[in-house]
Amino acid sequence: MNIIGKPRRRVDARAKVTGQTKFADDIMLPRMLHCKLLRSSVPHARVVRVDASRAVAHPGVHLVLTGRDFPIPYGILPVSQDEHALATDRVRFVGDPVAAVIARDELTAFEALDLIDVEYEPLRTFADPLESLAHDEPRVHEYGDAGNIHKIVSLAFGDVDAAFARADHVFEDTFFYQGNTHLPIEQHAAVAALDPDGKLVLWSSTQTPHYVHRALAKTLALPAAHIRVIATPNGGGFGGKSDPFHHEVVVCKAAVLLDRPVKICLNREEVFYCHRGRHPVLMHFKTGVRNDGSITGLQVRTLLDGGAYGSYGVASTFYTGALQTVTYQIPAYRFQGCRVFTNKPPCGPKRGHGTPQSRFGQEIQLDKIAERLAIDPADLRLRIVEQPDTLTANYLRIGTIGLAECIRRVTDAADWRARFRRLPMGQGVGLACSSYLSGAGLPIYWNDMPHSGVQLKLDRSGGVTAFCGATEIGQGSDDVLVGCVAEVLGIDPMDVRAVTGDTDLTPVDLGSYSSRVTLMMGNAAIQAAERARDRLAEAVSKKLGVPAERLVFAERRVFDAEHPDTGVAFSEAVCLAEAMFGTIGTTGSYTPPRSAARFKGGGVGPSPTYSYSAAIVEVHVDAQTGWIDVPRVWIAHDIGRALNPPLVRGQVEGSVYMALGEALMEEQTFRRLPPRLSNALVHKYPSMLEYKSPTSLDMPEVFTELVEHPDPRGPFGAKEVGQGPLLPVMPAVANAVYDAIGVRIDEVPITPDKILKALDAKAAGKPARFGPSGFPDIAWPETLQVPPPWEGGDGHAINERERKSAGRTPATKVVPS
Amino acid sequence: MMRLPSFRYRAPRTVREAAEMLADTSADTMLVAGGTDLLPNMKRRQQVPATLIGLRNVAELRGISNGEGLTVGAAVTLAALLRNTDVRAGYTALWQAAAQVATPPLRNMGTIGGNLCLDTRCNYYDQNYEWRKAIDFCMKKDGAICWVAPSSSRCLAVSSADTVPALLALGATITLTSADGIRQIPVASLYRNDGIDYLTRAPEEIVTAVHLPRLDGWRSAYWKLRRRGAFDFPVLGVAAAARLTADGLVESARIVLGAIASSPLDAQSAAGGLVGQRLTDDVIARAADDAAQPARPMDNTDFTLHWRKRVIRDFVNYALREIRGDDMRDVRRRVARQMLM
Repeated sequence: MNIIGKPRRRVDARAKVTGQTKFADDIMLPRMLHCKLLRSSVPHARVVRVDASRAVAHPGVHLVLTGRDFPIPYGILPVSQDEHALATDRVRFVGDPVAAVIARDELTAFEALDLIDVEYEPLRTFADPLESLAHDEPRVHEYGDAGNIHKIVSLAFGDVDAAFARADHVFEDTFFYQGNTHLPIEQHAAVAALDPDGKLVLWSSTQTPHYVHRALAKTLALPAAHIRVIATPNGGGFGGKSDPFHHEVVVCKAAVLLDRPVKICLNREEVFYCHRGRHPVLMHFKTGVRNDGSITGLQVRTLLDGGAYGSYGVASTFYTGALQTVTYQIPAYRFQGCRVFTNKPPCGPKRGHGTPQSRFGQEIQLDKIAERLAIDPADLRLRIVEQPDTLTANYLRIGTIGLAECIRRVTDAADWRARFRRLPMGQGVGLACSSYLSGAGLPIYWNDMPHSGVQLKLDRSGGVTAFCGATEIGQGSDDVLVGCVAEVLGIDPMDVRAVTGDTDLTPVDLGSYSSRVTLMMGNAAIQAAERARDRLAEAVSKKLGVPAERLVFAERRVFDAEHPDTGVAFSEAVCLAEAMFGTIGTTGSYTPPRSAARFKGGGVGPSPTYSYSAAIVEVHVDAQTGWIDVPRVWIAHDIGRALNPPLVRGQVEGSVYMALGEALMEEQTFRRLPPRLSNALVHKYPSMLEYKSPTSLDMPEVFTELVEHPDPRGPFGAKEVGQGPLLPVMPAVANAVYDAIGVRIDEVPITPDKILKALDAKAAGKPARFGPSGFPDIAWPETLQVPPPWEGGDGHAINERERKSAGRTPATKVVPS
Repeated sequence: MMRLPSFRYRAPRTVREAAEMLADTSADTMLVAGGTDLLPNMKRRQQVPATLIGLRNVAELRGISNGEGLTVGAAVTLAALLRNTDVRAGYTALWQAAAQVATPPLRNMGTIGGNLCLDTRCNYYDQNYEWRKAIDFCMKKDGAICWVAPSSSRCLAVSSADTVPALLALGATITLTSADGIRQIPVASLYRNDGIDYLTRAPEEIVTAVHLPRLDGWRSAYWKLRRRGAFDFPVLGVAAAARLTADGLVESARIVLGAIASSPLDAQSAAGGLVGQRLTDDVIARAADDAAQPARPMDNTDFTLHWRKRVIRDFVNYALREIRGDDMRDVRRRVARQMLM
């Protein structure tokens, strides 16, 4: 291969480093107006009255919108259509949008916000999941599984209690994973306008233009064909721009009503309110093991603090229980998960979506198991690593597995055996592993169509244009598109123009989420390019008298493999093909393989293939102050094949960076004022200064190992890298802290004060740990019993009600990815 | 994004002109130098002066001159201060403090005078307008109560300027200039332990210069506690300075704590206990305990207040050991994420 696997300057690098990339907020249109949102100042209330008359009269104000203008709800998941662009009768957290002012400039719009009078009737507030479980009334939403429970699930794959009875040891641990947010450098921004034909155009920093397109058509009641959504390059997304957002709907409505372009750029506080970030999760792990380290059974319980809206929460809930079986052999598995509503910004998908929390618990518990069994934690994992081409207990079909090699590579690189339990007091190393999807196997809404489509236009000049709905969020998807096409056609990547993320121009790609783009768009691009290559080969074959299968496409030429001098330039090949067939355009598309799961909930977790990672973190912990320093991280990632290695390494290092933030300092926390004095419940510090995310000075040295065993399911063998390498780092930090100083910190962030508290507990003869004390009693629903494949199961639950009248399995219909 | 409110901007070219402008304008006039503190506060509507008098065109405020000690003009940027070899060689604590303020771009704009007058900080106050409205504001701006301690009669916002404890430890004085004249006061006298009325500067006075005395035989150090290696304000600053005899006896010493009250806290008894002693581990430990004892951090900054209280002694210890001549580079690297040497 000439392009794939070789380090290359990414196609959008020049525009980025010279400041020429046009982000949404860079768009300036003639006659453009500016929008600001009035957000709720109370955490939970009925909206009694909104009087905008003074704001409407303010000089420079063109329009004020309120909830009355947006009667139709929307939401990313078909099962959670619980958002209105502006509050209709209820606000559910401080920051919930209530009204919008469209004015000649931002300052005028801001001033007018203060002229809108809103009368609220306060309601009881829920700050903590335990409060939401304890009180059914008032309900934050009028839907959900019960009271303030949004979603509650219980699944069993085999007889877990019997598995515990068979075990030599049963371990039970509780963990807490604090919520945190994406913190993209670019705040969300959007510009809406009517084009000269009167059709609506929205430019927005979104990861999912297709889903925004659908939401706009629904909530604005406009024909989808009259709406064009253009995803501008995102200055970071990480999952935080994957929902349709209030501000997008509002500027569209305003542009339609005023027939003038309307822009909004959120400020940093508002980005914290959009959130959709990591769910705070309390979890309980119960694992049965034999003396040799093999796992007999696993039970995982999770309680998710969902915040005020559904968002992706149903999927997030299932994800906290989906991927445990993908890394290690687990013959019997039970998962029970519960997501509740609270009066805080909605949680949703952040890099790793629902899986980092339970991965944190699982990998720390394995460290505890290894110590008790006196097995090296790396050896323990090598003994129980899942097998390739396996169907897991919960019906996930695994492709290739590079996890064992990841463990070997990373332990070699870090000189693990010389360091683990051998470093001086205060220094330690910790190991953890993980796995992640290479794309969700199911779309957000049920349909039988491809998940990604690519269209190619071949030009007589030798240039190629590749059209795809995928969205460049900084991860390098445009480069993947161009690289795949150029490799197949034997031309230079710079000869290919990528046109992406535009619902008018590009075929649908579901969006930049679930680590799906490289695999799905890549496969679609290869198919489109191969179809184009076939046409060109046929034409060149006729011209040169060389059999088509002997023709090679490389170095901008098409030539005879046996006589390389016999050939034509690529541009001539296009001309020959155009003369023979007419205009040359081809398409390719990709649909993931059908999942083996047939039970309700089985829609979350399936993926064409899974990536694997292993990380070792070194820490220094000061016993006097609890101060933590991370000098080095070693990480190995099973990428299948690195399409452009610097981009892969960039994703790995970026994951380590984000992971260390989550492990050591980041937390989306809230402040309730003394109830006798105030009803306030506010984000503690919605600012980039006080929400602590690491700076470049806080970054350790990172040593990255790429494990490349091409997976036939991926484009040129590639798997994902955008999310997986984040996952092992947090538990590896916790395990390293234990190695350094002998205390367990069973929650993130791991901070110096928690270390001192654990050391104090140890000194007082109490358990040497800091973490949650227990998991609440939750009234779980009847457990769906799904016999695993090795017990003759066929993927169905044996006690699931028959609901096949619609002709589809309930699983795929109800549960989104 | 957030926008500045409308305001009138005046641009004097001399100190005299600035002082006269200040004398004949109304109460809601403020001085601005680098603007790195004031302008973001204005965007959040924490401070909404009708008029700003900008000092950036006043050349006479931008010099550093030596003589008996060092005189630093109030509009000297922190970046320029850091480049000055006399500061680096003779006033280590000040250099280490200035080097840890915010980030390089902010040090390029922020000035020493601005840092001296830095607004006090609090997690209930350093928020945008909408957030403060959601808690019904606080007594420092637009409200009636101190949410940090609702029974408190005064504001508990925190003195958060890194250079201030360092300047106190180094015995610096400042010049205040008004249309009526000039006065020189010790840096400590500029501050009052009140989060709202934290400066003793009269409304018509301008901080025009900082004077550092000659400090032959003195050594000094500044240790800053914050979450990250850049960007963050201190949640504890420890400045220490001592003059040692050739054989290691302490002749004179000062220890000053920052970021634990609304004003810097001069730990006089702890420093007094060092005099006549050698800086042994025991002597340092006793001084660290003495210095930490009166500190009462509140829950209005980063980190938990109990932990902040608990590690004060460790940071005093670091500073005194560095003055003793211990090799603290490894601790520095882990705590400050930089060497500062």
